[in-house]
Amino acid sequence: MASTRAERPRQGGNPRSLRRRLFEFLGSMTLAITLLVALGVASAIGTILQQNQPYQDYLIKFGPFWFEVFKSLGLFDVYSAGWFLVILVFLIVSTSVCVSRNAPRMLKENRQLKTDVAEKSLRAMKLNQAYRLGVEPGIATQGLRRYLGSRGYRLAVAERDGETLVAARKGALNRWGYIFTHVAIVVICVGGMLDSRMLLKLKELTGNLAVETRDLPAAEVPEISRIEPGNPSFRGNVNIPEGQRASVVFLGLRDGYVVQELPFTIEVEDFHVEHYDNGQPKQFKSRLVVHDPDRLDEPLEKTISVNHPLIYEGHAIYQASFADGGSKLDLKAWQLEGDVGHSDALEVEVFEQMPFKLGGERYRLEVGDFRLFNINKVEGPDGEPVERNFGPSFQFKIRDAAGQAREYQNYMSPVEMDGARYFISGMRASVGQSFRYVHIPADDKGSMETFMDLLARLHDREAMARIIERTVGTALGAAGGADDRRGVVSGSMLRLVELFNEGGYDAIGRDVEERVPAEKQEKVFEAYIRVLQTVLLEAYVETLQARGVDVAAMDEAAWAEHQRFLEDAVAAINGLAFYGSPVFLQLTDFEHIQATGLQITKSPGKGVVYFGSVLLTLGVFLMFYISQRRLWFRVREAEGGSEVLAAGTANRRTMDFAREFERMNRELGTALGGGDSKESSRQE
Amino acid sequence: MSVTPEAMVEQLDKSSFWSRLGPRDWGWVALVVVAAVATLVGFGEAMNRFDQGILVGTAVGLVALGWYWRPSQVVSVVTAALSLFAIWRYDALLDGAVNVGSRTLAETANGDFFLQFLVSSQSAIMWMSALFVLATVTYIGALLVRSPFAGRVATALTWSGATMGLVGLMVRWRESYLINLDYGHIPVSNLYEVFIVFAVMTALIYLYYEGRYQSRNLGAFVLTVISAAVAFLLWYTFDRGANAIQPLVPALNSYWMKIHVPANFVGYGSFALAAMVGVAYLVKQRLGGDGENDRLPSLALMDDVMYKSIALGFAFFTIATILGAMWAAEAWGGYWSWDPKETWALIVWLNYAAWLHLRLTKGMKGAPMAWWAVIGLFITSFAFLGVNMFLSGLHSYGEL
Repeated sequence: MASTRAERPRQGGNPRSLRRRLFEFLGSMTLAITLLVALGVASAIGTILQQNQPYQDYLIKFGPFWFEVFKSLGLFDVYSAGWFLVILVFLIVSTSVCVSRNAPRMLKENRQLKTDVAEKSLRAMKLNQAYRLGVEPGIATQGLRRYLGSRGYRLAVAERDGETLVAARKGALNRWGYIFTHVAIVVICVGGMLDSRMLLKLKELTGNLAVETRDLPAAEVPEISRIEPGNPSFRGNVNIPEGQRASVVFLGLRDGYVVQELPFTIEVEDFHVEHYDNGQPKQFKSRLVVHDPDRLDEPLEKTISVNHPLIYEGHAIYQASFADGGSKLDLKAWQLEGDVGHSDALEVEVFEQMPFKLGGERYRLEVGDFRLFNINKVEGPDGEPVERNFGPSFQFKIRDAAGQAREYQNYMSPVEMDGARYFISGMRASVGQSFRYVHIPADDKGSMETFMDLLARLHDREAMARIIERTVGTALGAAGGADDRRGVVSGSMLRLVELFNEGGYDAIGRDVEERVPAEKQEKVFEAYIRVLQTVLLEAYVETLQARGVDVAAMDEAAWAEHQRFLEDAVAAINGLAFYGSPVFLQLTDFEHIQATGLQITKSPGKGVVYFGSVLLTLGVFLMFYISQRRLWFRVREAEGGSEVLAAGTANRRTMDFAREFERMNRELGTALGGGDSKESSRQE
Repeated sequence: MSVTPEAMVEQLDKSSFWSRLGPRDWGWVALVVVAAVATLVGFGEAMNRFDQGILVGTAVGLVALGWYWRPSQVVSVVTAALSLFAIWRYDALLDGAVNVGSRTLAETANGDFFLQFLVSSQSAIMWMSALFVLATVTYIGALLVRSPFAGRVATALTWSGATMGLVGLMVRWRESYLINLDYGHIPVSNLYEVFIVFAVMTALIYLYYEGRYQSRNLGAFVLTVISAAVAFLLWYTFDRGANAIQPLVPALNSYWMKIHVPANFVGYGSFALAAMVGVAYLVKQRLGGDGENDRLPSLALMDDVMYKSIALGFAFFTIATILGAMWAAEAWGGYWSWDPKETWALIVWLNYAAWLHLRLTKGMKGAPMAWWAVIGLFITSFAFLGVNMFLSGLHSYGEL
């Protein structure tokens, strides 16, 4: 901290005192305590506010104003913030100053054994006691030497003016404890900083590095966001699909990342999860091959798992997570717009993006994830929650031409609920929301076809016109209504079906609100729904007949099941009105390809930190469990023997030393024919 | 005087450490060595080097502890005897079968008088809970009516509670293997299990100081915090079913757990003890401080116990945190990740570091330090409990 400038006094100040004052401030206990507390509070902030989340999430959570405030304070990454670093640097400086100020004095004291202590000083000590011994001073001194020597005290004896002063000390290691612990803190902090992202920050500040925020394949990330393999310390992640290889890791930085190149290539041969008998994962394992022609004659094969990393050339490779590695999915794309109910087979891969056109509009399908198991909590038979596997699912987004995307999660197999089976599809308009589900009833063959046929029929104007004609005929036939009245009724019924197709019950409700006086709305709406249900039933029967089902021969139980199917189907169509996708993607088959999530780190400071930790442990125990003691015994001749004045100090003001001091003098007295103690004092 | 000066001087030699060990101490060594060797001979093949290392380390530790603190010998022997008895009952009833599943194991335990009412892990833990609560009430009673007899009863109850807790842990360890060899692990892997460790550890540390200072009256305070832990444990058992033995998540499946967690709980236990002594200190000070015929120990003594307990806790907490960092370096890819649990461990450490600085360097004593020790317990509790409840992170084991 000393600078040459400080030596040139300005405004007549004394430079030495200024420097000393600075030195004293840095080494002061007040600063030390303040720093400890400040570090604690700062650390706590970082745990209360979740760190390093996507910026979007913070924006939603705190709003634009506080988001900016928190961002500028570095609260989203407290432990890399400049001010946090400043606290740490202050801690290092303050601790160093403390040690450099105290250590020389302590070590000197450790070597010293003062034998020129005046009686007044002895009596001024916290512990002192005077008593008589029944032996002459020579023997007493001998006894003291023996007693203290055998108890590990270092001794110095001086004789002056017929008086003998025995000085003793013990527990020099206690002082080393102080030195070890404080040096350890500095060592650990320095080691930790070696492994920190300071270098990265420096590169960024000097304009040699820019954070990439776009979602790009590693190879396409521009040079300015890449770091050479020589970087001494980093901690990054990479997902590698089975059968593929990578030679980079990604370092997450604020709202983006940079690419760290590795001096070798890692190939993933296999990733698999071992399970316990209850289905819980037991171990995650990756079979890796390290290719490094410069250093390895043969590629290095190694299986890593959680708690068992691979260390290679100063790089530690950990099993950190897993993800989909681009599973191949076979889909059936059912059109919900245009040629409704028509389906096309489609092959996609997870993470693939596929543009498509439907009804003159452009869309993009973005496949996000595939999951083999979906263990969900459902209500069991006895009302208790039980875990059930819903089977495979995949997640995707459909993005329209304007860039708006909705996210979907579709399960492959129909899931049984209350005795019927449904294809479940979840939809949400943004990541923060939870999914809303559409339940498409599966027919007795476990397929979606009956539902899609019904849907197709409802969108088929001709078929619907025919069905409505027939329905109206049956209803008005007996009354024998006029042809034009028939036409009006049929027309409005067809409109009703179209409204329902487009917007479900809500659309019909809105229509009624617009066209019917308020007092009649409810009645009209109910009538409309009744009519709609009749038409839907007719359409369903026709659908079944078209599929070769003999409706007439159905018994009551079978008919009840079909009624339920129709109810479910109507609910699903009503739900699809808000689905927001022009297609329904049904997963029909898949090839599961996994990716292992590796964390690769290089931490040159680790050894330093461990060394510091050993030093710290050693220091803490020395400091607490070795106590430094100093004793003085002034022996002089007295009537009938000798007179002893004992005094002692310890650097720990525990009660133990006081007790020991008393016991010591008692034992000495007993052994050496002591009389009663003349005067003693114990100050607390 | 019949003794020569030389002889007088000679008798002042300190007797050596070894010569001060009596027959009981050597008997203790023999017992521990025999047990350790028998285990190594009988089961050495099933153990890897870490297991063997931990066994030898435990034996050395038990010998040292037994020499330093004799009553620990009794606890060790009784715990071993009861645990072995339970293991033998299980083996006899199951015909040596393993991988029997939790349902069969529970049925087996319920079909045997000794297991059902005494030494199955659940019964032992219930005994521990009951004994600690009884001990608390008795200590409070002894303090109020100044009954030395009640005090002795309370001490005996505490010893019994700690022993039953240890038995419960040991038997639970075995039960995890009986349910499924894959599940088997030392019972320090979740909040339920470590709460038992906490209760037992705090009780034992308290008993050490009780013996050392010959004062039973702090028991009313210390056992209160243990009873609070027991209350949580019971709620956790009956409301949440947390007592079920679950397999380990992959990250916890490591030999580090055997040393990291117990070291941590020496720390937590000591800090809890210091805080409760702090409460006693403040209560006494509020009631007028030291006087004649005191119920509570002198303020100076309590202050001393507070310091000693925090120093002990700090030393072990330091070790535990370092061990945790080393484990993290193996499991998570870095010795320090600023994970909430790690960070709160650091906050606890910093807090007591500051306390010790004031105490050792400034020589501060008295009410402010007692208050601080009490506040320290809240910080420690948050690190111990709050982080798991309110904050997410690697220690919640939600990931991998």
